[in-house]
Amino acid sequence: MSSTSSSQMGQLVADKHVRYILMAEKKKESLESVVMDHLRMNGAYWGLTTLDLLDKLGTVSEDEVVSWIMTCQHESGGFAGNTGHDPHILYTLSAVQILALFDKINILDVGKVSSYVAGLQNEDGSFSGDMWGEIDTRFSYIAICCLSLLKCLDKINVEKAVEYIVSCKNLDGGFGCTPGAESHAGQIFCCVGALAITGSLHHVDKDLLGWWLCERQTKTGGLNGRPEKLPDVCYSWWVLSSLIMIDRVHWIDKAKLAKFILDCQDLDNGGISDRPEDAVDIFHTYFGVAGLSLLEYPGVKAIDPAYALPVDVINRIIFTKNDC
Amino acid sequence: MRPGNMDFDEAVPLSQRSEWSDVVPLTQDDGPNPVVPIAYKDEFRETMDYFRAIYFSDERSPRALRLTEETLRLNSGNYTVWHFRRLVLGALNHDLYQELEFIERIAEDNSKNYQLWHHRRWVAEKLGPEVAGRELGFTRRVLSLDAKHYHAWSHRQWALRALGGWEDELDYCHELLEADVFNNSAWNQRYYVVTRSPLLGGLEAMRESEVSYTIKAILANPANESSWRYLKGLYKDDKESWISDPSVSSVCLNVLSRTDCFHGFALSTLLDLLCDGLRPTNEHRDSVRALANEEPDTNLAYLVCTILGRVDPIRANYWAWRKSKITVAAM
Repeated sequence: MSSTSSSQMGQLVADKHVRYILMAEKKKESLESVVMDHLRMNGAYWGLTTLDLLDKLGTVSEDEVVSWIMTCQHESGGFAGNTGHDPHILYTLSAVQILALFDKINILDVGKVSSYVAGLQNEDGSFSGDMWGEIDTRFSYIAICCLSLLKCLDKINVEKAVEYIVSCKNLDGGFGCTPGAESHAGQIFCCVGALAITGSLHHVDKDLLGWWLCERQTKTGGLNGRPEKLPDVCYSWWVLSSLIMIDRVHWIDKAKLAKFILDCQDLDNGGISDRPEDAVDIFHTYFGVAGLSLLEYPGVKAIDPAYALPVDVINRIIFTKNDC
Repeated sequence: MRPGNMDFDEAVPLSQRSEWSDVVPLTQDDGPNPVVPIAYKDEFRETMDYFRAIYFSDERSPRALRLTEETLRLNSGNYTVWHFRRLVLGALNHDLYQELEFIERIAEDNSKNYQLWHHRRWVAEKLGPEVAGRELGFTRRVLSLDAKHYHAWSHRQWALRALGGWEDELDYCHELLEADVFNNSAWNQRYYVVTRSPLLGGLEAMRESEVSYTIKAILANPANESSWRYLKGLYKDDKESWISDPSVSSVCLNVLSRTDCFHGFALSTLLDLLCDGLRPTNEHRDSVRALANEEPDTNLAYLVCTILGRVDPIRANYWAWRKSKITVAAM
């Protein structure tokens, strides 16, 4: 990471973040936890992936996590955000990703889960989030990522899926949630990730999009998600992973970005916030650490920019034979 | 995902309401060893326990509808409650106009959630084109509080496509840009209207008036990423027109001659023009040289890149790469 020494730019208080994540799981009387109840599966993915990136996955009980995950599965094969909730593609991906962390994808009835996901594809190639039909390119990414992890990508019409994503490409080279919607870094990550996994990156105008993405860097060093908006640590993931996937990450000032992320840490209690001085949360803690991983910060394991899982986890999956 | 501002002092707990005396509330089953035990406030816990009871017994009654409202007021992000509410609405054949009002009440507290907007679309779709005006009105109100609200824009685009109402949309974009010319969402919407409105002639027909509109905006605020990008977007797939339109190159020169503003976008636009085949005039050369600090480059495009590396240092690597891509032709 060039000439700036880590003592100049601050340090990653990794142990504090680990403690923050483990404590968050035990915190009582927190209204924030209450309102996050229905998306606990996402929260678990954020927390557990961060722990793995900091090489501390062993501090949680694999059996407890895995058995809880399985209580969230529906007859349809899809997973809910928590026990007693309805299935949705969002939580299905998180469930599969968590199982991948623990190398427990083999406990799944892969045929069933993949059929649930594949069944959400529409005629135009897009994907719905669940039976209620909300369409968004986020779901295209989720479906493709999930099925790829399960090695069942051939269960969907990949060509049509790609066609739909490409129809969401805008004049600035970016992508929105639906055709014509404003380019947004989060949506761009989803579209570029989906295209990367399906080997379709030739549809991306890498120079044009690369420039749009590097324009997200503000004077603070942090990244925003759209022109004229405030920087936010979560964009350290979405913008950065997109740049890496299209091989243009050298267009941003990595040292300045790393400093921004580190400045968003709560050095006393652990956790990372959206921008310096704000309150921390698990979501931003994950994205901050994941961003530092992409910046090759020492002490953080490498993360795959398309799958958003540690590289060693992805390698394990790639080299395992699996029938769909 | 803030809970609703329910006044807990006035609300009678569900367990003490006679209406609910026949229902046994179901507590959250976190399993024997909860992975992420959720901390609850008592009122919230109670409401969720009663919701779980009617959800699992699949009770689709008027009181169930009221309970979903109470639950959503506490947490409008809970997607299972929204799902169940739709089932109850269907079973009761409930007035969907009232439902639009319900959604607006929830949105007052927190409109930044996917579930609320998807529910809105579900209702509006059932009601059809007669609510076109209403959907435009609702999104307009939300955008008046946050003019870049991503969900609101997404819903508005859907409403125009599915229900109609394109007539005043370009004017609406103008209104928003008058308030904040840096609003990228409004520029995006402008492009959406120009390219997709069934009432206008399409991009090529609209190009001249849009170029003139955009140039005015650029001159008023040259440090605006959105307006410069929009200008280039108007010439999508038509490089010849882009480099031969005199107003494009002259807006660059105009901005470069000013001492009171950021030159970066004017320089990068000029760079794009040169790389696309624009033959620079002496005016171009003088204009750029005036900004040079004894940089040695004789090639004009190279010089522009060097200056950009200085005025936009955080993207120095990008400008260096641009320089490396310049072919000899772009003198």
